[in-house]
Amino acid sequence: MLTPPPSRTRADLAARLPDDQARAWFAEALADASRAATAPQGPPAADPATASEAPPAPAPGHPVWQSRFVTAGRHCGPDAADDVRTLLLIEARADTETLTRLYREGSAPERRAVLLALPFLVDGPGATPLVDDALRTHDTRLVSAAVGPYAAEHLPPHAWRHAVLKCLFTGVPPAAVADLARRAAGDAELARMLTALAAERTAAGREVPRDLRHALTLTGVPNEEP
Amino acid sequence: MRIFDPHIHMTSRTTDDYAAMYASGVRAVVEPAFWLGQPRTSPASFLDYFDALLGWEPFRAAQYGIAHHCAIALNPKEANDPRCTPVLDELPRYLDKDSVVAVGEIGYDAMTPAEDTALAAQLQLAADHGLPALVHTPHRDKLAGLHRTLDVVRESALPVERTLLDHLNETTVAAAADSGCWLGFSVYPDTKMDPDRVVAVLRTFGTERTLVNSAADWGRSDPLKTREVADAMLAAGFTDDDVDRVLWRNPVAFYGLSGRLRLDVPAPDALHEGNSVLRGGE
Ligand SMILES: [Zn+2]
Repeated sequence: MLTPPPSRTRADLAARLPDDQARAWFAEALADASRAATAPQGPPAADPATASEAPPAPAPGHPVWQSRFVTAGRHCGPDAADDVRTLLLIEARADTETLTRLYREGSAPERRAVLLALPFLVDGPGATPLVDDALRTHDTRLVSAAVGPYAAEHLPPHAWRHAVLKCLFTGVPPAAVADLARRAAGDAELARMLTALAAERTAAGREVPRDLRHALTLTGVPNEEP
Repeated sequence: MRIFDPHIHMTSRTTDDYAAMYASGVRAVVEPAFWLGQPRTSPASFLDYFDALLGWEPFRAAQYGIAHHCAIALNPKEANDPRCTPVLDELPRYLDKDSVVAVGEIGYDAMTPAEDTALAAQLQLAADHGLPALVHTPHRDKLAGLHRTLDVVRESALPVERTLLDHLNETTVAAAADSGCWLGFSVYPDTKMDPDRVVAVLRTFGTERTLVNSAADWGRSDPLKTREVADAMLAAGFTDDDVDRVLWRNPVAFYGLSGRLRLDVPAPDALHEGNSVLRGGE
């Protein structure tokens, strides 16, 4: 598991928010999330005395920070929403069961945030079904978030190789694939698949993308230059 | 010219349509939830549809430089099927989503007691979630349907200023205008309204609270009808500002009541080779 980002990241993120109203909302949301982390059992309500506005009504049985997670886009703006949502998940120390439910019930931006948070929150391979789900889509926002450090650590070889190919097909840059160089090194099967893809492109009279050649080079497998 | 189509079912349209819409000035759409032609038989199939309106469809639209929002609801036709009505219990979690800007389409189809219940319940949901409502008026027995719709709206917790009555025509516009609701006109190749008739209605009832949409779906329909109306307005002597009001500022004002409208979609940057959507998937 990766170490959660330091508190300085929170200050940087707060500084990026559109206005003071968004910053106040963000501070309250983080407080809601950290309360859930210290008392993970019950669904604690936000303290209305400290809230600068009425807190969103929580879904029945779900803690209030999860409503904050859902509505972060309209309070913090779409640009900051990824980071805000990811930090809320980390601050609440969401477990795999919660992450799975939030992913399944989430809009695409919410799903993306769950994927981005996985390496900070999940130790074993228990959340790989979420990564698999995202990799079945053609939504590059989800595909690029799915191939982060959690996938590098936990995807089995076959699924990981297909993830690399999926990125090449959908135009997600290889830089989004965490640990590409380490996992690709010496992977003869990946080299074979990439070579076959290059041959298919050449046969169709299309150019072999530079990203594909780059990934092939990283395998270090000799005699496979297309 | 900038155009906001406030009612269009893009799920049933192609990427060619998105490109043509962008070329004719469309920069924003709202896709209300409706039926799919083939009746659904369980809440689960609604949930997958709603998820598409919150995931895949906005992604597709953004690749063509078009901002996509949606309205979520149990539609009036399927409100009559007890296998479908449990989806009402799932609506609250969807109505919290950032890109949901209204409850809709709700309203009447065959004016049954089940439709009464679903309409009243969903107007209440709109009020509870701080959302306006897109209300479809029925195609059969239209004027009676409009009056019955207005009765339910007036009894509801949702103010008329947060209600859009759609699919209006010459027989229903007067009563709808008197009610204080927003007025929606759907322009179809054969049925509903055509551009010249919309222009005539605009002459009588003004541009103040009027919205025009293509309501394009999987039937015979045309996603460029909004542009045709704009051109017909200009040809009839309306100003550029009138056109901008009807085809941009009014939909922005109405759906902006949600506080969730984001119109800052970047210009299409995905129109490059190697993009799988443009090749129809792999
Ligand atoms: Zn419709």
